[in-house]
Formats: sequence, C-alpha cells, structure tokens
Amino acid sequence: MSHHIVEARDLHYVYADGTPGIKGISFRITHGESVAIVGENGAGKSTLLLHLNGYLLPTKGTLRIGDYPLTKKNLKAVRRTVGMVFQDPDDQLFMPTVYDDVAFGPTNLGMPLEELDTVVMQALETMGVSHLRDRPPYKLSGGEKRSVAIASVLSMSPDILVMDEPTSGLDPRARRRLIEQLNNFEHTKIIASHDLDMAVDVCQRAIVIHQGNVTADGPTLELLQDEVLLERSGLEKPLQMQGCPICGQGKAKADKTRYKADKSNSDSSTLTRADKDLLLR
Amino acid sequence: MAKLDQHFFDIGYMDTLSAQQTPIHRLDPRAKLITSLVFITTVISFGKYEISALLPYFAYPVFLGAMGNIPPVYLLKKLLLVSPFAVMIGIFNPLMDRDILINLGGMSISGGWISFLSILIRFGLTVGAALTLIAVTGFNAVCMALDKLGTPRVFVVQLMFLYRYVFVLVDEAARMVRARSLRTFEGGGSGIKTYGPLVGHLLLRTMDRAQRIYLAMCCRGFDGEIRIVKPSKFGIMEIGFTVGWSALFIFMRVYNVPSLMGGSILELIK
Repeated sequence: MSHHIVEARDLHYVYADGTPGIKGISFRITHGESVAIVGENGAGKSTLLLHLNGYLLPTKGTLRIGDYPLTKKNLKAVRRTVGMVFQDPDDQLFMPTVYDDVAFGPTNLGMPLEELDTVVMQALETMGVSHLRDRPPYKLSGGEKRSVAIASVLSMSPDILVMDEPTSGLDPRARRRLIEQLNNFEHTKIIASHDLDMAVDVCQRAIVIHQGNVTADGPTLELLQDEVLLERSGLEKPLQMQGCPICGQGKAKADKTRYKADKSNSDSSTLTRADKDLLLR
Repeated sequence: MAKLDQHFFDIGYMDTLSAQQTPIHRLDPRAKLITSLVFITTVISFGKYEISALLPYFAYPVFLGAMGNIPPVYLLKKLLLVSPFAVMIGIFNPLMDRDILINLGGMSISGGWISFLSILIRFGLTVGAALTLIAVTGFNAVCMALDKLGTPRVFVVQLMFLYRYVFVLVDEAARMVRARSLRTFEGGGSGIKTYGPLVGHLLLRTMDRAQRIYLAMCCRGFDGEIRIVKPSKFGIMEIGFTVGWSALFIFMRVYNVPSLMGGSILELIK
C-alpha cells in the first residue's frame, strides 16, 4: 500500500430533493500530500468530504481511494484507509469513556486484545491526552474533545486523514497546538476549513471550491494571495496576509519570503514567526 | 432552566462519586447489581399494609452508601426530586380506603394511610438503593453488568447511548430555552405557541445528530455490534457479598424482624 492516492474524476452529487451538491469536481491527491479544501459556506466542501469515506456515493463520476474505486462493496476497505474527523467532536465521541472511544475502531477491525492497549495509548499520547483515558467525553473541554476525536481516528492507523473544520471552536493556543500536531503527521491530509490561516500553515496545496465546482487547485500560498480568485470564490485573504491594522502596511510581500524560508522547518515556525513579527515592527 | 442544567450536572456528579476507590467500588458490578435486584424484588413483594417488616431493609442502602462514601444529603435530594411520582401513586389511598386498621391511643388510622406510608417507604428503599447502586458503581458499569448477565445487547447499547447523549441533549435544550427567554418580553413569546416549534426543532436536531453519530460509527468499522472489553472477575468477595445480603433479604422477608425483636425483648422482661 505505497500509493494512498485519492482521485476524483468529474464527481457529481445531487441531493434527494434535487439540490445539486457538487457539480463535476476532479482532482488527484497523492501520497503524503496535505491539501486544504476551502470555499465559502455551502460551496460543497462537506458534501465532498462525505464522499471520501463513502457515506455518499457519487451520482455521476468516479472516486478512487487508494487501490479501490469507491463502491458499496469495498466500503469497509475504504473506511479503513480513510480516517474521518468530524466537525463536532460530540458526534464522534459516543462511547462511555475516552479509552473505550479510542478503542472502538481497532476492536471493530478485529485487533487482538494484547495489542489494543498499546495502540490506544499510543494514539492518546500522540495527541497528548493520555491522562484523560478514563474520563467520560462529556466532561472534557472543547480542545480536549477535539484531541480525543483525532486520537480515536489515529488509533485505526488510517493512511488518509480527512478533517472537517478541525480548528473550529478552539482557543488560539489549542489551535496552535493542533496545527503543530497536524504538521507532525505523515498521513495524507485532506482538510476542509474556513480557517485559511491554518490552511496556509498546514497545507502546501489548496483546492478552492465555489458553488460545487473547483475554481482553483495549486499551492496554498499562491492561491490565497490571488485576490481576484478569492473574490470570485467568495473568500477573503488569510488574516496573516492582510495589512497590519495599526501601521497600515501590507505584509504580503514579507510573508511570502518568510514562508519560503520556513517551509523547510515548519515545526519551529511558531517561534521564528513571532520573532520576525517583532523584528518587522 | 438554569435549575435543569444544574440537576444534570448533579447527575454527572454521580460519575465522580463512582470513580472513588473503596472496597464497595471495587466489587464487580454484577455482584452489586444482582444483590440490588434481589433487594428490590423482596421489598416490593410485601403486602400492601406492611410497614414494620420493611424497616430493617434500610440497612442495605445505608450500608452501601456509608461504605461507598456517598454523601447522604445528595442522595436524599435526588430522592426528593423524584418523590412526586410515588406521592401521586399513593395520594388517593387515604381517600379510597377508610377502614380503620389501627387504634393508637385515641387516634384511629385508616388502611389508606398505612398503605400510602408503605408505598412511600418502598419508594425510598427501592429508588434509594438504585441511586446508591449507580453512585457506587457508575452508570456505564451497571450497563456492562446487565450485558454480562445476558440482557439483550440492543437494550444495553440504548441505555449507554441514552446516558452519553442526555447531557448533549439537555445542553442543546437549555441553550434553546435560554435563547428564547432572552427574546421573550412581557408581550408574550413564552407560551405554548413557541413551545411547540421549540420541541419540534429539538427533535429535528436530535435526528440530525443521530445521523451524524451513526456515520461516525460506520466510519470506524461499526457493524451492528459494540464490543467493549472490560476485565472483570467474580471472586470470593463478590460471591460473599451477593449470597450474604440476598440471604438476609430473604430472611427478613420470611420473618418480621422488628416484631421478633420486640417479642424477644418482652420475653426478657418477663
């Protein structure tokens, strides 16, 4: 399984009531890529994501996940390959305790009991929440819930991680921590989000969706600086690329060079970025 | 509505209580569940006018609560909260059943009052024991015990989901009611007219959520069965606890302990 590709060809989906969800989306995401799917509300992001784990089957067009075309028959294999993190962690954490929840996926996949504990604890430790193992999910904070939700998917060791708005409802620090954790994952990542700043920090590539169509597909930094494209797709520039509200100076140019320098060592980017901001002033 | 919120946080407090480490907490949930079931069965099997024979049964919930370090005031409050149900069941007994059963000094007490009191005592015993059981075991552990004792999985899973999502549901309902009350002024807006859509909306939201939860379960390989692995052992302590208490309950069912005691004291005096 060396090629964890996701390939959509002319994907169409029409809801039962006749509302078109997506209208002819095509893309190819290869192994290890991290891709942001951005678009305004109602652009079709969620509809697209629901295809990636086979919840919705395309009305027209094909979708290939890994080695399989997406059909009803190989749903199980596809769901094993694709780990889906939902927007509302409460939907995902349905078991009585954090531990049970993280163990839910692996036990369903038939993991032997001896290995289960290691796998669960490893997933919890990756997200830094192993101390929560015996807590019931409804007693966790928003940030903790999000981390556990991601851990519950990581424990199934998926090849492809699909996330719907992973940073929504997080405070700035929890958000920053999550971004760092995401950057450490080696999975293929597909992230739908309105948080364009996060898209810039985590994803090298972005797919812009507007009214069910792909309007652009390319390097995140380039696309999100293209004001004409953003305007046309109902989006706005990421905050970190907008002018400073106090001194009024545009920072886009500085940002561009800065990101190029940061690309090689994205882990330490938080510090260097803060330092450079100070320097810029 | 703030009150409703608080009551539910109170239920969450049960979980905190059940996470304690006492010998009672460490007992296998099955032992506590079986014993409590025997307890409840014997208590409700008494005749309609029984009072004195029921009294010794208070030993069990008191023992559980005391050994399990459960604050009695908290439990009593919970009992009071649900007591209207029991009161409603028995409230008409004194009116319907006016035959005089007992003459205490100059006061005569009718059968209705006796049976009403008996209902209240039974309510206190059974609900008190059930609450204490959950407080020293944890709701989910009780569910697991039910499962291990052969209750159909569907019911067990229902119960577990109910417990997991009742908090989310109450939260959602509380938010909606709060939003409504913030925009309700003296001119109305709080009556049945908005109550209907509010509840309907809550139902729709719940169905949406159920759909999403099911999807989340499918994404992680759900195939109709929930597998939970919990190590458990039914050892000598468990057998002792179950058999000992059950025997005592049955003994107290067969012999009226207070009247036996009273009789023997009278014997001694003679």
